[in-house]
Amino acid sequence: MIAEAGLAALWLAAAMALLQFVGGLTLLRGGAGQLVPLIKPAAYVQGGLCAFAFFALMWLFYVTDLSVLLVASNSHIDKPMIFKLAGTWGNHEGSMLLWVAVLSVSGAAIAFFEKRIDAKTLYATLAVQGFIALGFFAFLLFASNPFERLVPAPLEGAGLNPLLQDVGLAFHPPTLYMGYVGLSIAFSFAVGALLTNQVGPAFARAMRPWVLTAWIFLTIGIAAGSYWAYYELGWGGWWFWDPVENASLMPWLAATALLHSVSVLATRNALRAWTIMLALVAFAMSMAGTFLVRSGILTSVHAFAVDPERGAFILALMLIYTSIAFVIFALRIGTVKQGEPFQLVSREGGIVANNIFLSVILAIVLIGTLYPLAAEAMGDKISVGPPYFNKATVPVMLLLMVALLIGPMLRWRRDALMRIKYWLIGAAAILVCGGLAAWKMAPDTRLFPLLGIALSLALAVAAWLPLRGRKLLRTPLPIFGMVIAHFGIAVSVFGMAEESGFSKETLTALAPGESAEIAGWKVKLDDVKPVLGDNWVAVEGEMVASKNGDTFILRPQSRQFFKPEMQTSEAALLTRWNGQLYAVIAQPDQEGDGRWQVRLWWKPYVTFIWYGGILIALGGTISLFGRMFRRAKKPAINKWERA
Amino acid sequence: MRAFAPILLALSVPVFAQGSGPTPPLANRQLADPAQEAQAMRLMHSLRCIQCQGQSIADSDAAMAGTMRAEVRQQIAAGQKPQAIRSWMIDRYGEWVSFEPDMKGVGLLLWVAPFFIFVASIWLARGLFRRRT
Repeated sequence: MIAEAGLAALWLAAAMALLQFVGGLTLLRGGAGQLVPLIKPAAYVQGGLCAFAFFALMWLFYVTDLSVLLVASNSHIDKPMIFKLAGTWGNHEGSMLLWVAVLSVSGAAIAFFEKRIDAKTLYATLAVQGFIALGFFAFLLFASNPFERLVPAPLEGAGLNPLLQDVGLAFHPPTLYMGYVGLSIAFSFAVGALLTNQVGPAFARAMRPWVLTAWIFLTIGIAAGSYWAYYELGWGGWWFWDPVENASLMPWLAATALLHSVSVLATRNALRAWTIMLALVAFAMSMAGTFLVRSGILTSVHAFAVDPERGAFILALMLIYTSIAFVIFALRIGTVKQGEPFQLVSREGGIVANNIFLSVILAIVLIGTLYPLAAEAMGDKISVGPPYFNKATVPVMLLLMVALLIGPMLRWRRDALMRIKYWLIGAAAILVCGGLAAWKMAPDTRLFPLLGIALSLALAVAAWLPLRGRKLLRTPLPIFGMVIAHFGIAVSVFGMAEESGFSKETLTALAPGESAEIAGWKVKLDDVKPVLGDNWVAVEGEMVASKNGDTFILRPQSRQFFKPEMQTSEAALLTRWNGQLYAVIAQPDQEGDGRWQVRLWWKPYVTFIWYGGILIALGGTISLFGRMFRRAKKPAINKWERA
Repeated sequence: MRAFAPILLALSVPVFAQGSGPTPPLANRQLADPAQEAQAMRLMHSLRCIQCQGQSIADSDAAMAGTMRAEVRQQIAAGQKPQAIRSWMIDRYGEWVSFEPDMKGVGLLLWVAPFFIFVASIWLARGLFRRRT
């Protein structure tokens, strides 16, 4: 009954989306607009129905209703409750339902809260939003119905991929989806503003919170996903340039560029066409990401989502939306007036540099991800992996950091480098000293980690300089947000450079009582014993790690899951302020002499990678709240707009 | 619980050993010379485990990856150059095995593209600054 109610709600919601779309369309085509009063209520009802459908599915997972196909094939009666609930979106149909639910609820939120932009632009935006939703409703209802019944119902259910049975799962996919959906709203705003000829600061200010929110969620989602892969896969890697990782990185890169250019449009009324373009690209990248993940077209670690037919459906949606959007862009961009001028050495110039470097990185990642497909179509089966992506993108990332050392110090419109000459000299000094110090400590380190360390040290100082000469209590919160986010970049890059340049590794086999050494740590395997979990058995090693008189106990496990059958390594991590000790126990060694394969890593400052990610997201959040607070206090007055 | 311990351990061991056969010793051991090991490690990170889903042989528990790691370490220890080992792997498993496409043939465009994109985007952005105030 619940399942049928959920399905009915989805059909009704699709009808609401259609109403929203048609209503907006008639208004834009200069019709009488009888449907216009219905657009906002349609958005509210659509949001409510989709939320209901999502919670209905969650309820079915909560009670483990095995007569529903999706529950039967992805859940199991013996699974811990948290994973039963998280299983709602740990599969194709459920995750698409989540996508649509977030999209619809956001649409309702725009309809309710957005008061700053022209009414016609708002209706156009909601119409675009309805149009996007329609495509995804069609996809859900025709190609991936989450409420399908299974007759007869099985007794216990098939279970969930053990790699997904982790708290990471409860947070990782939903946060990424929030990001993707947020970018769809930026897209709707951009198309709406293009259609009604309202590309200006007011539109930019209306769009900005959605871009910022999407970007915060993407940042958290990527950082969480990276940490999850790091401890779950058991080999100490935190970024694999896997197609699915790239699929989340590309929208993030586009969103980061968009976030900066939309600020220029909001405060300086420049970069108009470019901002619209980035908004379209950002959503195209979200769609491409969904397509790559959901179709399984690229062989990847995440290929548990493989389904080529559905892939074709999403590909069609992606092509329809992006091509329509770019046609509108091409037709209307002539009507977008040129923005305010600026010079190369200016804050705008710095942001243009940011946009260029981010776009170049985005293009490289996109080409590298799709290249094997193109090559395969022409008869060559090649792989493009970490060595390529590192060599091609890291130099541009380092350039981006150089731009970040200078850009935020410059004034709007025009400035002179001479004005900030002391800082330039200081930055050069930090770069040289930092690089030399790191090189002195480890002469055989490669170039990229050295440059990464030097630049992150300089940026760790540079990030705070925009606060210089300001009264801290009167400084707007978004400035603090920017400073913290930029500092987060420095922290994160420092961690990445340290980890990739200075990690230590020990691979060995130990019998209980034997010990190994790594980076000054002595790790003794005390005992190996079996452990029984809810739906797995494991071999657990008890290791005693000691250094300078401190001792710690580590308990890595090698788990064997039953439903479905699969083996995973549960690494044990010992976190110190300056790094992590990463211990894995694997199989018994082949000689059958009671020794176990043990892998140990010392990863200096590796945690900084994710602390940096948290700081970046925190900076975004402070900026978001700062703007909401300021908006509530006084309406922004901009001298480029007529009152 | 403790009483069952030996049974559980006995139960789990055959599962772990399943299908892996005798693993060569160098699959899960480092080379004695750190410089050689670093060289081998860099190469292993650039070779795809063809049995897995997009992982390199340096990050995989699969038996196949272990065999390939052992092969890489043996050849490095025997004084082979990494590039020669890569070619050897490509001869055996096809270009699919290398995560780093060659700078010739199909792969050439891939390596040229970043430079092209970089120059093109700078050229495009140039127009933004032309206007003087």
